Amino acid sequence: MSATSSVLPLPATGRVPLTLRVFAALNRKAWIALGVFLALALIVVPVLNLAVPPDSIFHVSAYAITLIGKIMCYALVAVAMDLIWGYGGILSLGHGLFFALGGYAFGMYLMRQIGRDGSYQSDLPDFMVFLDWKELPWFWLGSDSFGWAAFLVMAVPAVVAFVFGYFAFRSRIKGVYFSIITQALTYAAMLLFFRNETGFGGNNGFTDFKRVLDVPITAPETRLVLFALTAIALAATLVFSAWLVKSKFGRVLTAIRDAESRVMFIGYNPLWYKLTIWVISAVLCGIAGALYVPQVGIINPSEMSPANSIEIAIWVAVGGRGTLIGPVIGAFAVNLAKSWFTVSFPEYWLFFLGLLFIVVTLLLPQGLVGLWKKIISKKQGAQA
Amino acid sequence: MKKTLLTFLLCAGTLSALAAPDPALVRQLAADDNTDKIEAIQKLALTADPEAARILQAMADESLFLAGEQVFLFDGELARDAISGAETEMPEDAESVTVNNRLRGELANALAALRLFDSDREVRLKAAGELQTNVSSGMAEILARARDQEQDSAIKPLLVLAHAQATLGDTDPAVRLAAVKALAAAASPAVRGLLLPLTDPTIEADATVRDAAVQAMKSIERTLAWGDTLAGIFSGLSLGSILLLAALGLAITYGVMGIINMAHGELLMVGAYTAYVMQSLFRSYLPDWIDWYLPAAIPVAFFTAAAVGVLMERTVIRWLYGRTLETLLATWGLSLVLIQSARVIFGAQNVEVSNPSWMSGGVELLPNLILPWNRVIIIGFALFVLFLVWVLMNKTRLGMFVRAVTQNRPMAGCVGVPTSRIDTMAFALGAGIAGLGGVALSQISNVGPDMGQGYIVDSFMVVVVGGVGQLAGAVWAALGLGIFSKLLEGWAGAVIAKIAILVAIIIFIQKRPQGIFALKGRFADQ
Repeated sequence: MSATSSVLPLPATGRVPLTLRVFAALNRKAWIALGVFLALALIVVPVLNLAVPPDSIFHVSAYAITLIGKIMCYALVAVAMDLIWGYGGILSLGHGLFFALGGYAFGMYLMRQIGRDGSYQSDLPDFMVFLDWKELPWFWLGSDSFGWAAFLVMAVPAVVAFVFGYFAFRSRIKGVYFSIITQALTYAAMLLFFRNETGFGGNNGFTDFKRVLDVPITAPETRLVLFALTAIALAATLVFSAWLVKSKFGRVLTAIRDAESRVMFIGYNPLWYKLTIWVISAVLCGIAGALYVPQVGIINPSEMSPANSIEIAIWVAVGGRGTLIGPVIGAFAVNLAKSWFTVSFPEYWLFFLGLLFIVVTLLLPQGLVGLWKKIISKKQGAQA
Repeated sequence: MKKTLLTFLLCAGTLSALAAPDPALVRQLAADDNTDKIEAIQKLALTADPEAARILQAMADESLFLAGEQVFLFDGELARDAISGAETEMPEDAESVTVNNRLRGELANALAALRLFDSDREVRLKAAGELQTNVSSGMAEILARARDQEQDSAIKPLLVLAHAQATLGDTDPAVRLAAVKALAAAASPAVRGLLLPLTDPTIEADATVRDAAVQAMKSIERTLAWGDTLAGIFSGLSLGSILLLAALGLAITYGVMGIINMAHGELLMVGAYTAYVMQSLFRSYLPDWIDWYLPAAIPVAFFTAAAVGVLMERTVIRWLYGRTLETLLATWGLSLVLIQSARVIFGAQNVEVSNPSWMSGGVELLPNLILPWNRVIIIGFALFVLFLVWVLMNKTRLGMFVRAVTQNRPMAGCVGVPTSRIDTMAFALGAGIAGLGGVALSQISNVGPDMGQGYIVDSFMVVVVGGVGQLAGAVWAALGLGIFSKLLEGWAGAVIAKIAILVAIIIFIQKRPQGIFALKGRFADQ
């Protein structure tokens, strides 16, 4: 990357302090929206949950908090997906793998936090006692430390993504080839995690968490802290992504998306651009997974199923790819619809989801955001 | 020997108490000690007397009773004296003769041994088949007799084996040696288990017998290893032929249009459900022709799946040309709709599709290598479909057009190939082949709404490895992947095999991004 990016001297006006550049990443409206979002998530929701009595219509239930917290994790994944698909033109059908890896990495820590409160009163997690294992496997080493777990949450998806991405991008695998191979990757990983011998709880995965950082995990305050952390992570990711896609790196990336051969002939090596955004995207997914597991209380290999990963793509497509707010809107819209459908008409959910895939790709290539922009521009055209 | 047979036939003919069983032996059947009972069973079996068979059968059914010194046959209503066969009153205090598992095995073998002298060849064959496990040494004599008088070439080797098993524990080393040598010819896992103790010096004192046993074990293990390898290759071929049927259609549509149809697996499902519907129709309306439902299902499945394919192409895929990633998502949506439709129409449970009678059974090549007919037929069917596709692609005008569009779409359009109609035709063809694959799949795996989901990744791997637009590539890749994964599965387990294959494919693509058989010509993407 350095060899190619130093070809042109940076324009004199380009050396703006980083803080200012980050600040310039969003316009005023966007900063206000972000501020409102954070105020809602960090102040209004906790107050409505804790201080307002349960029978009031303004009360936010624990169920709603978990649901919205979960969807915010999904939105984070959708933004990560948008970075590589919307801006990099690479459709990954294996992002569920990175999400699950982050979840598993943090789940290991949560399993160790159970301590001797499991059904077997052993130092080892229950499933290991069940398998008659006498000691922790080597990859569980250090899993009782929060710091190490937090490191693994980012490092494991990063390493997996780097190794896989390096070989895939180096041989210029792209388009549907790349999509299907990522799908095969997550499928193979799912099979691997389903095995009891792999050491991650097999079918059942990790569940029955008791504590996080020695605080009871189901306490309302813990839930609110996790909720707030998720909101902060989502907001930070949005700011970071906005800065990233507007930076020179982001511009080159978009150019690669639109005409890879031309970018290559100009003298850039697409490998490192693609690999960087791919690894960043994987790490963001890992963080989302780590925030998801303590809120939902379970992680199992079905998170890696190909169907889950492809659903991530539809969140992005529904919202509108190539925009940063689109994936967030899409994740909320699809998942709220899902929770409503699976309760009210469970047998029609797959029809709805299937038709959503078809309708969005056929009629709404720019997603809801694109539709909104179209309506606005039409209105303005009518006024003028 | 002929005399014995004559006596036997006479007995069978008259069915009287002509040769009434020895009362002492019958009494011994009800002895307290199991060893005594077994001795009596074997001695009675030796008499080859139908009357004895009747008593042994009664004992096996637990309807043999003892009161004082008299033995009765009691079937719940009527009591007979065991020896004379005359109806009598049974005393109240009569007790049933207890039969444990060991005795039960002994009785079954004795009864089978008695049937070895039946005049019906089928009965003898079945009896000899039953006498292949747990033959005790007491049976040696009767088995030797049966072996010597048996003329049938199918039954005789079985009896040789049974007799060898019975004499393995003989006190005479020469007899044991003969038994070991006879057993060496039969390469089955059971025989290996029998010979294993004889290789142990603490059990087998005689060195020559031990050596013979070691030699026999070695040759058996060689044969078994061969059988295992061949079985692996065969199941690989079988998997490969299914993959081929799934991948052929995918290769055509991917080659022509450059899109991956994620609903391709669901077209397999459509084919399989067509087979199910045809089976139900035949059951209801043509029960006499039920065995022919499968051949009838083949064209129906082809056209049903092709019709679904045309519908998909015309309504969705047509509008997404040039946007391959979106097509991926849209076809995934189509697959969800198809799966849910199958669930609504046929229920979420798997449906039962049975093999026609001419497809059940198999050929036994080695004791541990049985080729089931349904798999053999499916391999043949895949080859047949491959041949048809080859003819269609290489010998017809349509095939020429399809190849032309695959190689260079704008140029083909310029010289007058109706590219958009060719797209529809190619898509219908690919879908129809998937339907045929579904019929084949219905014969060897479960038919359910989700059945197609597992095949899309595998069949795409075939297309990737084989190279686009090449039938030969698809064939070699399908067979290679099938055999490679089955052999790996036997060696390292299914999951590791899947992961190893994936890694191998990624490495392979590093070396040959165009697949095994790359299209010749100049390419630049975009």
